[in-house]
Amino acid sequence: MPDSPDAVREFEARIAAGETIEPKDWMPDRYRKQLIRMMSQHAHSEVVGMLPEGNWITRAPTLRRKLGLLAKVQDEAGHGLYIYCGTETLGIDRAELVDQLLAGKAKYSSIFNYPTLTWADIGAIGWFVDGAAIVNQTMLAKASYGPYARAMVRICKEENFHKRQGYEIMATLSAGTPEQKRIAQDAVNRWWWPSLMMFGPSDKDSPNSAELTRWGIKRKGNDELRQRFVNLTVGQAVAIDLVLPDPELRHDAETGNWHFGPIDWDEFTRVVHGDGPLNRERLAARQDAHRAGAWVRDAAVAHAAKRAAAADAVAKSAAA
Amino acid sequence: MADDHSAAPASVATTSRDGQWPLWEVFLQPPRGAPFEHAGSVHAVDAESALQNARDVYARRGEAVNIWVVPTTAITASTPEDVGPFFDPGNDKPYRHPQFYSVPRGVRVY
Repeated sequence: MPDSPDAVREFEARIAAGETIEPKDWMPDRYRKQLIRMMSQHAHSEVVGMLPEGNWITRAPTLRRKLGLLAKVQDEAGHGLYIYCGTETLGIDRAELVDQLLAGKAKYSSIFNYPTLTWADIGAIGWFVDGAAIVNQTMLAKASYGPYARAMVRICKEENFHKRQGYEIMATLSAGTPEQKRIAQDAVNRWWWPSLMMFGPSDKDSPNSAELTRWGIKRKGNDELRQRFVNLTVGQAVAIDLVLPDPELRHDAETGNWHFGPIDWDEFTRVVHGDGPLNRERLAARQDAHRAGAWVRDAAVAHAAKRAAAADAVAKSAAA
Repeated sequence: MADDHSAAPASVATTSRDGQWPLWEVFLQPPRGAPFEHAGSVHAVDAESALQNARDVYARRGEAVNIWVVPTTAITASTPEDVGPFFDPGNDKPYRHPQFYSVPRGVRVY
């Protein structure tokens, strides 16, 4: 049944008045669908995001670094769960979303299809990828859908640790031996542009932006967020003596913004559509992990059944 | 759902769909005597594992000194449609607020 125009008007008036939409409230079918799409992609990104970093846990250079990275990767699992839990309030089962991911039918952030070649990549991910995510998620913490906004608040609190541990890695490498400095700069060169792509296509080319903005799911445009990230990051790079790989980068006194060069959107499109460096490997790793964890899930079910049976027997003998 | 599931490649384990484990709502009590607050939900086979999952998911940094997990199906909630009439009895009773009562000018009552 199509949504009645009156109901949609009333709904949009609530959004305009700054009210939060909660799970049992009426919402247009399209609002629900857009949220399920966006939130599940976000949750999948958190989960797949564990893979590039998980690679380096056993190879972290010191115990301090290893502890930090372990905690960060565990956080990413938690973030995935917060957002899956929020998505389930829209009436879809988490298992169905996980199935879509495992079947290769779901999207996740393209950035995780790039390889982590050296330890410096772990620094660059924390600094750039988590830095960009903070800019985006700080905006989403004001989203009109309550469960999504609340999950974002929780995530933002934890994400700052991720960014700082990454930046510290980069600062340390940059001040280290010539070889350490070299891998730090190399990681910056490889991760900078894909990080700018994380904000998505320019608003004028983004099919979903207008609707998401009208319904208060997004409060700022992709270009505005991207510019904010660039403005924040330039000074951080200068401070640790690393160069952002953009010959066009210059401060625009008129706007106060850092002007940056054109983004290669063809590369973005290729990676989104499955032709990134590691799309197939990431999916295979997720499927392997899901399969390898099956015995744990089976054991949990068996254990619960056994305990329930034992409790039942005790209750029966007490009654006898 | 069964159809969607059968569409998964054969390589993917199709047993133990953890989403079909019962859903539990998680409430955390922050330190220093604050009241319990809803944090989110977890899937778990039983109450004990729900509690452990809730700790791992929602309390990794000292956010809580107590956790409640409640089966989602056990919660009875007011509905948005009834919101007007349901809360109305409280809204038209200004005499429940201190501002309703006048006191002599210049007297501090609290």
